[in-house]
Amino acid sequence: MVKQLRQSFKSGKTKSYQWRVSQLKGIAKMVEERESDIVQALYQDLSKPPLEAFVAEISMAKSSCREAIEGLQDWMKPEKAKTGISTYPSTAEIVSDPLGVVLVISTWNFPFSGNAVVLKPSEIAPATSSLLSKLVKDYLDDSAVKVVEGAIPETSALLDQQWDKILYTGSARVGRIVMAAAAKHLTPVVLELGGKCPAVVDSNVNLEVAVRRIIAGKWQCNNGQACIGVDYIITTKDFAPKLIEGLRKGIEEFFGKDPMESKDISRIVSPAQFKRLVGLLDEDNVSDKLVLGGRRDSTRLKIDPTIVLDPPQESQIMQEEIFGPLLPIVTVGNLKESFQVINSKPKPLAAYLFTEDEQLKQDFVENVPSGGMSINDTILHVTVHTMPFGGVGESGMGSYHGKFSFDAFSHKKSVLYRSFSGDASLRYPPYTPKKQMVMKGLMNGGLPGMLLALLGWSSHNSGTKS
Amino acid sequence: MATTIEEKEVTVFGEEEAKQLVNELRVAYDSGRTRSYSWRVAQLKNILRMCDDSEKEVVEALHKDLAKPELESTLYERDNTGGRQLANIGVLYLMKWGDAVVGSALQLGMIKNACKVALKELKNWIRPEKAKTSLTTFPSSAEIVSEPFGVILIISAWNYPFLLSIDPVIGAIAAGNAVLLKPSELAPASSSLLAKLFAQYLDTCSIKVVEGAVSETSALLEQKWDKIMYTGNGRVGRIVMAAAAKHLTPVIMELGGKCPVVVDSDINLQVAVRRLIAGKWGCNNGQACISPDYILTTKDYAPKLVDALKTELEKFYGKNQLESKDLSRIVNSNHFARLSKLLEDEKVSGKIVYGGERDKDKLRIAPTILLDVLRDSLIMNEEIFGPLLPILTLNNIDESFNVINSGTKPLAAYIFTNNKKLKEKFVMSVSAGGIVINDTTIHMAVHTVPFGGVGESGMGSYHGKFSFDAFSHKKAVVYRSFTGDAALRYPPYTGFKLRMMKALMGGSFLAILRALFGGSKS
Repeated sequence: MVKQLRQSFKSGKTKSYQWRVSQLKGIAKMVEERESDIVQALYQDLSKPPLEAFVAEISMAKSSCREAIEGLQDWMKPEKAKTGISTYPSTAEIVSDPLGVVLVISTWNFPFSGNAVVLKPSEIAPATSSLLSKLVKDYLDDSAVKVVEGAIPETSALLDQQWDKILYTGSARVGRIVMAAAAKHLTPVVLELGGKCPAVVDSNVNLEVAVRRIIAGKWQCNNGQACIGVDYIITTKDFAPKLIEGLRKGIEEFFGKDPMESKDISRIVSPAQFKRLVGLLDEDNVSDKLVLGGRRDSTRLKIDPTIVLDPPQESQIMQEEIFGPLLPIVTVGNLKESFQVINSKPKPLAAYLFTEDEQLKQDFVENVPSGGMSINDTILHVTVHTMPFGGVGESGMGSYHGKFSFDAFSHKKSVLYRSFSGDASLRYPPYTPKKQMVMKGLMNGGLPGMLLALLGWSSHNSGTKS
Repeated sequence: MATTIEEKEVTVFGEEEAKQLVNELRVAYDSGRTRSYSWRVAQLKNILRMCDDSEKEVVEALHKDLAKPELESTLYERDNTGGRQLANIGVLYLMKWGDAVVGSALQLGMIKNACKVALKELKNWIRPEKAKTSLTTFPSSAEIVSEPFGVILIISAWNYPFLLSIDPVIGAIAAGNAVLLKPSELAPASSSLLAKLFAQYLDTCSIKVVEGAVSETSALLEQKWDKIMYTGNGRVGRIVMAAAAKHLTPVIMELGGKCPVVVDSDINLQVAVRRLIAGKWGCNNGQACISPDYILTTKDYAPKLVDALKTELEKFYGKNQLESKDLSRIVNSNHFARLSKLLEDEKVSGKIVYGGERDKDKLRIAPTILLDVLRDSLIMNEEIFGPLLPILTLNNIDESFNVINSGTKPLAAYIFTNNKKLKEKFVMSVSAGGIVINDTTIHMAVHTVPFGGVGESGMGSYHGKFSFDAFSHKKAVVYRSFTGDAALRYPPYTGFKLRMMKALMGGSFLAILRALFGGSKS
């Protein structure tokens, strides 16, 4: 399959502007026409509420396509670069070359920078995976864009091949495996991983709005199963009770008195994940810190929006990425201590801060390393496609979204154009004492001499001296 | 002279020492000292001073390691006259023409230029870059903040030991990182001088040098770094990347490849040939990653090309080229043996049309040209990295694309032609790190374009602002206020909300207005 894709790529068809636009339009059409199928598959896999599906996936896909179609001609144009007097006369530009054949594991975002693509959706969302496979065949050019379904053996077989780039979205553990496999072929990678995304909450905030945005960033994001979802909260001991009460009210407002019955919240994706989450909750010294929720239903794979207050730092729930509807709240004496809490863990994909304190905002941005940040909101920074979306450290490397996707899958090739005029013999051996003199004269400030030399008119055929 | 491993008092450098080093650097970084603008400026200025003060020592080290042509050093006798600026430009000009002056002057000149560019631009580079936000996140403001990665490991190469060590270090410092440099043990005098100079001129808490060979490098690679930059070959590149994978450490790799030169007819042959020679034998006698590796030309044109090469080579290096003081020697006996083998390959017997002389004791090989080499000969199957130049002849110049694209992607590709269509086709269809039309190697000196490879020739890039970017994480930050909160966003999700959301996303202005300023709930 890789061979065949490579041939498709070599044929040059994926490089043409027309082909790229046709594929992008194909994706947009696919998402538009088959919206209800997609929503249904997402519901099947995750009980994802239609509105969430629409906003988070369909609409994002559509707007990404639209953005790409609009931007493509500009993005494809070589970027002129200044050359200095020192390489005069010359012109230079940076050309965006497609890399070749790329492998994308687990996301929607199709590369549209002229590459041939293999997409390997996650097997954990089987209905979506199989729908994607069917739709891509129907709507896109299947000689250059393919979907491979499967689990570990299929993914391993794919990773043994030589790709020109791999984009992997998922866990740090598998990220290491992907990068190690890529190393064998010197294949560059983009890894979008996870981490524990903290939300620091100050007391001087508009509590109602802050709470809504936190809920939106936690339980409205696949019920906490999102890489950029709020993982845990840090606030002051004094403010915690108010915050908890605010969250309780907000949760009830949004999801009703019995959230498990609410249609507006996703379920846990699989029994294995369900088991893991219950384990986090039932650990000694954590189970007694419950302040909200905690109910679970193993047949329907549902867990209430749950809050635990000050679980021990060594507990699993504070050590691993939660990826579920459990929200620990960690209290500190002074909000500045939150930086240390966050920085003692691996760098997260996103970090959030709710405050009106300008200095605190500045300190947070400067001293908390993370993939990206939103101040006074959650998730939002990833919707701004004029900015790169990606992690740092354990949360990943490389980025995409908007033009950054185009760039992620392109090689920025420098091209320098020279003419045959303006050749200075000074450049060439033999390095005679005479040349040495000329060069010294040049260097000692003879501007006219330098200009002449630059234009290739001083030569070793005379003792031209400045 | 054969390679010698630096002999010092034997301090066994293993895992423990490596771990300790990383810890020290991490403590230094965590203290925040490397992040300040004044620290970065101070280090860059110190590097400038270091270059100015150490010319003589650098020349000696290079001479010991590689017997580089001496003359360049005298060219670089700069005094403190007001001609300093011009002198800089002058030297720079010389160097940027990729001239054969491969010694200290080239490297020091480029290093100083990199420092100056960084010093001049640093404030701009550090400033967050505003990003446009759209109606959908209104009201908000956004910016991309450049954040240092933390602790960087730079593993350098032997052929331009100063340039390839200090240039990346400049980038790492400019971006606010702490850094460890591991120079190549194959250039031991340079390695040891670098260690000495860094300790003398730079902040030793945050900028360190470790000397060593394979076992030291392995110990270093076991540690967790925030980014690794490696310059060298693909075989070791794979090892570095595999080690980096264990810690999810991003890497930049500057590797090599066979840089092809396509030579068309109907060109200014003399100028082309001179530029070819400068890029090949003038660059460490072919031992440079962007040196022309092999030539592609038509059967018809080849004789003319060979004649011109012979003429100009003799002009440049005289009649006894094996002894020429203007040519570097081969770095060590391993490489000498490797290159000899390429010449002794059966498949190229009878193809040597110029040169071929070797001196095993002095590790010297004369500029050598081979004509009509077959594609399956040894010399066409590995990066030559030496003074041998194979010429492949084709019936038609267009066949060169197939030849080039049948190999792995090189770090650079060159073409000499006046044919506009051919230039365009070359740029469009040849994938290489960088391309130069009608010259060789000089793109390395243009700091407004990224310098790096693709495929087997590497990943990532640097030079100029690209160095700063290479060692920074670009963090997206969005700022919102508490006003302008749309109820549409929140459950319970009614049919009405869904319709409104669609209208919003579909861009209906009226719908957007209603939704955005929606203080009223659904």
